[in-house]
Amino acid sequence: MAVLQAASELVQTTIVFATALVFAMLGGLVSERSGVVNIALEGMMMAGAFTAAIVTHYLETGAGLGASAPWIGFVCAIVMGALFSLPHAAASITFRADQVVSGVALNLLAAGSTIYVCKILLDGSAQTPTLKNVFSKWAVPLLSDIPYLGQALFIAYPTSYIAFLLVALIWFVLYKTPAGLRLRAVGEHPKAADSVAINVHRVRYAAVMISGALAAMGGATITLTTTSNFSHNTISGQGFIALAALIFGKWKPVAGMFAALFFGIASALKSVFQVYGITNYIPVDFIYMFPYILTVLVLAGFVGRAVAPAAAGKPYRKGER
Amino acid sequence: MQSGTAVEMRGITKRFPGIVANDNIHLQVRKGEIHALLGENGAGKTTLMNILFGLYQPDEGEIFINGRKVEITGPQKAIDLGIGMIHQHFMLVEPYTVLQNIILGAEPRRGILIDYKKALARVLELSDKYGLHVDPHRTIREISVGMQQRVEILKTLYRGADILIFDEPTAVLTPQEIRELMAIMRRLTEEGKTIILITHKLKEIMAIGDRVTIIRRGRVVDCLPVRESSPEELASMMVGRNVSFVVGKKEARPGETILELKDVTACDERGVQVLKGLSLEVRRGEILGIAGVEGNGQQELIEVLTGLRKASSGEILLRGRLIRNESPRRIAESKVGYIPEDRQKRGLVLDFSVGENLVLKNYYEPPYTERCLLRHNRIHAHAASLIGEYDIRTPDERTPARALSGGNQQKVIVAREVAGDPDLLIATQPTRGLDVGAIEFIHRKLIEQRDSGKAVLLYSLELDEIMNLSDRIAVMYEGRIVGILDPRKTDEQEIGLLMSGGRASGGGGSAGHAPGGGAGDHADESGVRA
Amino acid sequence: MNGLVRRMLGESSLIPIVSIVIGLLLGAVIMLAGNYDPIAAYGSLLTRAFGDMYNLGETIRQITPYIFTGLAVAFAFRSGLFNIGAEGQFIMGAVAAAAVGVLLEMPWYLHIPLALVASALAGGLWGAVVGYLKAARGVHEVITTIMLNWIALHLANYIVRGALLEKGLARSRYIHESAWLSTSGLTELFDNARIHYGILIALALSALFYFVLWKTRQGFEFRAVGFNPDASEYAGINVKSTFVKAMFISGLFAGVGGACEVMGVFHYQTINSAFPGYGLMGIAVALIGRNSAVGVVLGAVLIGVLTYGASGMKFGAGVPEELINVVIALVIFFVAASGLVELLVRRFRNRNRTVH
Repeated sequence: MAVLQAASELVQTTIVFATALVFAMLGGLVSERSGVVNIALEGMMMAGAFTAAIVTHYLETGAGLGASAPWIGFVCAIVMGALFSLPHAAASITFRADQVVSGVALNLLAAGSTIYVCKILLDGSAQTPTLKNVFSKWAVPLLSDIPYLGQALFIAYPTSYIAFLLVALIWFVLYKTPAGLRLRAVGEHPKAADSVAINVHRVRYAAVMISGALAAMGGATITLTTTSNFSHNTISGQGFIALAALIFGKWKPVAGMFAALFFGIASALKSVFQVYGITNYIPVDFIYMFPYILTVLVLAGFVGRAVAPAAAGKPYRKGER
Repeated sequence: MQSGTAVEMRGITKRFPGIVANDNIHLQVRKGEIHALLGENGAGKTTLMNILFGLYQPDEGEIFINGRKVEITGPQKAIDLGIGMIHQHFMLVEPYTVLQNIILGAEPRRGILIDYKKALARVLELSDKYGLHVDPHRTIREISVGMQQRVEILKTLYRGADILIFDEPTAVLTPQEIRELMAIMRRLTEEGKTIILITHKLKEIMAIGDRVTIIRRGRVVDCLPVRESSPEELASMMVGRNVSFVVGKKEARPGETILELKDVTACDERGVQVLKGLSLEVRRGEILGIAGVEGNGQQELIEVLTGLRKASSGEILLRGRLIRNESPRRIAESKVGYIPEDRQKRGLVLDFSVGENLVLKNYYEPPYTERCLLRHNRIHAHAASLIGEYDIRTPDERTPARALSGGNQQKVIVAREVAGDPDLLIATQPTRGLDVGAIEFIHRKLIEQRDSGKAVLLYSLELDEIMNLSDRIAVMYEGRIVGILDPRKTDEQEIGLLMSGGRASGGGGSAGHAPGGGAGDHADESGVRA
Repeated sequence: MNGLVRRMLGESSLIPIVSIVIGLLLGAVIMLAGNYDPIAAYGSLLTRAFGDMYNLGETIRQITPYIFTGLAVAFAFRSGLFNIGAEGQFIMGAVAAAAVGVLLEMPWYLHIPLALVASALAGGLWGAVVGYLKAARGVHEVITTIMLNWIALHLANYIVRGALLEKGLARSRYIHESAWLSTSGLTELFDNARIHYGILIALALSALFYFVLWKTRQGFEFRAVGFNPDASEYAGINVKSTFVKAMFISGLFAGVGGACEVMGVFHYQTINSAFPGYGLMGIAVALIGRNSAVGVVLGAVLIGVLTYGASGMKFGAGVPEELINVVIALVIFFVAASGLVELLVRRFRNRNRTVH
């Protein structure tokens, strides 16, 4: 029984860690499926995390809002994420800059600007004060009463439910609607899309902005569920693990979700191991390394082939024959 | 067949930097006919149709569709006017199904979902009506090239096209698929569609065309009903009686065989066979020209010879030594020189200096390198002497190759290859895009090589060049040599005929190897009649 | 990737300079928006960087690792590769040097070279893996380098924890003094700044960078493949093995950089929870320096001055130092989107320029 208890706690913890990854992974998915490489998920998460923290802080201290504060903070993070991704979109799409360089710059920009604004707004403090109003876990009525399974799956933060709903939604849009069909076409064969009068640039801009919004949701989730504040190490690698999950999931939403969960286990295990002293046997560093090693193996073809959208990374020039 | 003009293009002129692609072209296509546009590569046919489809804007001229003057500002406008284009290089999304590709951009909806049921019904309806058999649920990757083309056709019909432009549709089809396509085209016109067929293949025009407009070097040569002409006449109009660059050359005195290919086969990246049992001999002291329309395996042949592509079977012997599938460097070291066809992409590193480009193949050998260090002064000296010998116009040898004119860039490549003292020199499209002076220079150099006992293999799409320079001409068609001719005893018509899959008729014969099963296979095409 | 390389290597040096100016100007605008005085801020930055011997020494110390990672990224660019993995290669070099420095004892004239060689090999191999995956499996180097960065971070921590740990602290034991790259003489000269001889090694490697690329047969191949892999292949160069060698050398530069940081500044290797950021700045340095040895050194000077001087902005004008990251990010954006810069320059000059 203790094992089952531990297992269900593990699952619950995994979902907590994986939620942010799922958001960011979806962000990367949308962008890359349209043909724009996005390694700036980390930066967009930072932007979202910070925005959520600062907005919620102001709302709870200045406007005296209570439980609604984090929700508004969350929404603001979404908007900020979309805006923040615009430089990357403009550089990559309109100015045909190298998309990787642009992503690198955006990550740096995010790291710098979030702390900068934080210090300006909070009198030199490099982190936001701890929020009182954050998300608390919801229990799904009835389902959460199922022994073990209920605790594992049906008691979670609202953001987790949103994340998994979004997986389903994005899957649906991507594979069942005209918008999704066109988006994927733009990422695979922009010329073919252009030849049926689809506006490649417009689709890509939209995709990158949605990508920013999603990744920002991931960052906001961390702030509003786990850390309750923002500092320079709130986002420390999650964006890259999300990228790894994206690749490991071969640019598919459901597979990527499982990959994110899989990698989320790694973080969850870390805390479990520390509690149970297993770190004596498996060095904690290897647990950290695990997602990245796995991704390299996948890419090298040892674990199946990972094929990116065919036109990813190549700027599209209209009228090139 | 109703009369009435579907498309009229009057006085169309289109200029690109350095070239007039279309020069005052008139085209008139009647409703319900199959109108062929015949011309060699680069004649201007595709440009003209790109204008019709809205991908380019003409500098001068007017377009009328069904009697009404129109401005076709982009593909969407063309689609709205009922014009559809079936591109030579298919615009299909590989991982998508046939159905998805057809409806992309014009998806029927049910609420926010794509209504695949409705789409399927419409596609099947069109498919039945026009005899275009497709498998709606298979992905593009899985289906044959013939079916892919039918998908492209259905794309246009799905959007209500009445005027269909086919750009070199048979370039990638098997003879069986070509027959099927012809039947489809006939069916389309029976249902009232108008077809413009861009092609260089005479047999097909004779088989299916109603009228043909011949374009050469951007101008219309003539427009006439197919019935009133013959392949020979069309061939000669297509190729033309130009001012040939006749180079005075001595009698060839061919010696021993330097290069021999026996039954070589090779496949492309998709696994399709592009060389189908090719046999050839090149001797010392001769220039062997390879004639053929682009896309019949010539490029792959050259790649196999230079080590850039693996041959799947057959023998390739250089001075009696097997060289099949050796690395490019080993082959170069075996005294094979190679002038590639795309000088900017494959022949030169444009951002390197002239001097560096001149040692691009042998920089690693003494005297240019000693103990891993580059000897720049020796490279300079070498460059200086070559620049002088070949009269390469450049401020100095440190100038980046990018800054040189096309002719001088080509001279750099030729100088480099010839300086290596090769026994076999392979030249692919050596004078493409060059001015008269540069062309003359290159030709003289090739003859010089031949006279000093080298073997020269020349692949060019300029028939004049082949005829003037070659001592023997091998015609390639569909991955095989279909005929070897003596340029003194043959003419453009005969060559043009072989190039287009026809049969050599008397005179000129095969001096050398018979093409084996080649001529027999082409009986299929001559049998296709309305 | 090749388009980026070709564009960068062919453009005039105007682009980086203009990009830097625009970046600094935008930084000033941001400061004004926050009611800060940009002139005071930039002034304090310079004072902080150059104001006295101590700060000068520290600035030189700051510049040193940027030269190494800048060379690493630049060398890879020259060969047509995008090495975002300088961070990981740096760390591997650092931990290799730390291991040699902590675990072995020998006189300095053996110890230092051995540590440097170890770090060069460690960094080089870390880079070569990427090159190999690209050559053999066609995996794009951007993703593998990012993943390897993180693997390196944790692997290095593991090695420190496992073999080198100073009990109770989050770092390794001190390396033996025979492996130190700093001397009391030098330190005193600069008023106890943490300056070390690594700067000389960095400059020496810059010379080596130039030498290898321009004077050796191998360098010819690197440059040819970097400019045009097709023509190189047609000319008989083995493009795949060139990729592996280039990544090895690239990683080597970064690895030695890591060693110098350990041997010169800290004299131990910390257990890092996050990246120090040298590799990232290396990208900026390479872009600004247009992948030339001199350019990289100058770019490193710029980035070093900006990052070290940034703390001066805080004291002198109250501007949070993170702003400098924003400025540098903007510079990278503008260098990358060189089309935009060209547009602005053209409008500013009101002249017609042909752009190919």
